[in-house]
Amino acid sequence: MLHTVNKSSFERNSLQSCVNTIDDSSVILLIEDGVISCTNNANLPMIASLAAEGRVYALQGDVDARGVSSKVADNIKLVDYAGFVDLVVEHGATVSWV
Amino acid sequence: MDDILGAEVDEEGFLVNLGDWTREIAEQMAKDDDIVLAEEHWQVIDFLREYFDEYQIAPAVRVLTKAIGKKFGKEKGNSKYLYSLFPYGPGKQGCRFAGLPKPTGCI
Amino acid sequence: MSTKKFMYLNRKSSYGTVYAIESLEVVLIAAAFEQDVSLAFIDDGVFQIINDQNTDGIGMKNFSKTFHALGDYDINKLYVSRESLEERGLNEGDIMPLVYEDEDDDWKEKPSVRVISNAELSKIMSEQDVCLSF
Repeated sequence: MLHTVNKSSFERNSLQSCVNTIDDSSVILLIEDGVISCTNNANLPMIASLAAEGRVYALQGDVDARGVSSKVADNIKLVDYAGFVDLVVEHGATVSWV
Repeated sequence: MDDILGAEVDEEGFLVNLGDWTREIAEQMAKDDDIVLAEEHWQVIDFLREYFDEYQIAPAVRVLTKAIGKKFGKEKGNSKYLYSLFPYGPGKQGCRFAGLPKPTGCI
Repeated sequence: MSTKKFMYLNRKSSYGTVYAIESLEVVLIAAAFEQDVSLAFIDDGVFQIINDQNTDGIGMKNFSKTFHALGDYDINKLYVSRESLEERGLNEGDIMPLVYEDEDDDWKEKPSVRVISNAELSKIMSEQDVCLSF
């Protein structure tokens, strides 16, 4: 499954809830304010092991808008809108953690 | 829907799409207000467009007055001068001619 | 008209919700009333004044540019929470170099932004007449 998270992990527990319930084959895509979690920040440990397995993505446009494109943590992969579509196609059902 | 030379405007005559602006549109808007745009008008209009490009807002009249005085000389840095160019207000009328949205806080 | 101390407390990032731009609009409108205005950026609000924001990819207005105009509106007290920056993996160097021209000092350009601790911020907040949170 593809899980999208569009809230900051500093403001809501969407990312934590997502991580708590995600299965071994699912991936996470951070979008909108969700990309606030993609830098080397205090909440990174939440997704560090998933990222190390190559299962965390962030949407480039939202990363650029927030001025953090040079700060994206290692192992988090950036995708554009076409990449977003590819993830949807590849992973079938999508869960939006809002 | 109202338009000026084919460009869509809102009920107060401001351009709907900032990108539609041309100098001809400004001249037509002025003509409709019985104003012929002279060099002095263009100084202000060009300044407003540059300011908007840099800061993404139209300046408040007090900010505009100060900046015009600084750039074009003290004798132009007062609201009397600016109102003589734009009788309906340098903010409201000037911004409209410049193709900008109505200034924030301007009623 | 008597002058009051107004603080605008910004707690959200710029583009995910409408709070940030609404706050900035209110600040600009209120500037016309010539009050003693200061802005504070805490929590995700610190993202509002981070360098290198590029909104081309999301089709929204990049209003981070507008913060550079605040000096013209005599708004030159911007406080940023050091703790909030650090939590988010950011530091002082990531903040836009916002300045104002000091009328009382031969129009010298001076920095508008101060990174301070939450303890210092709490003291500044306690000195305000009005505190509006966005």
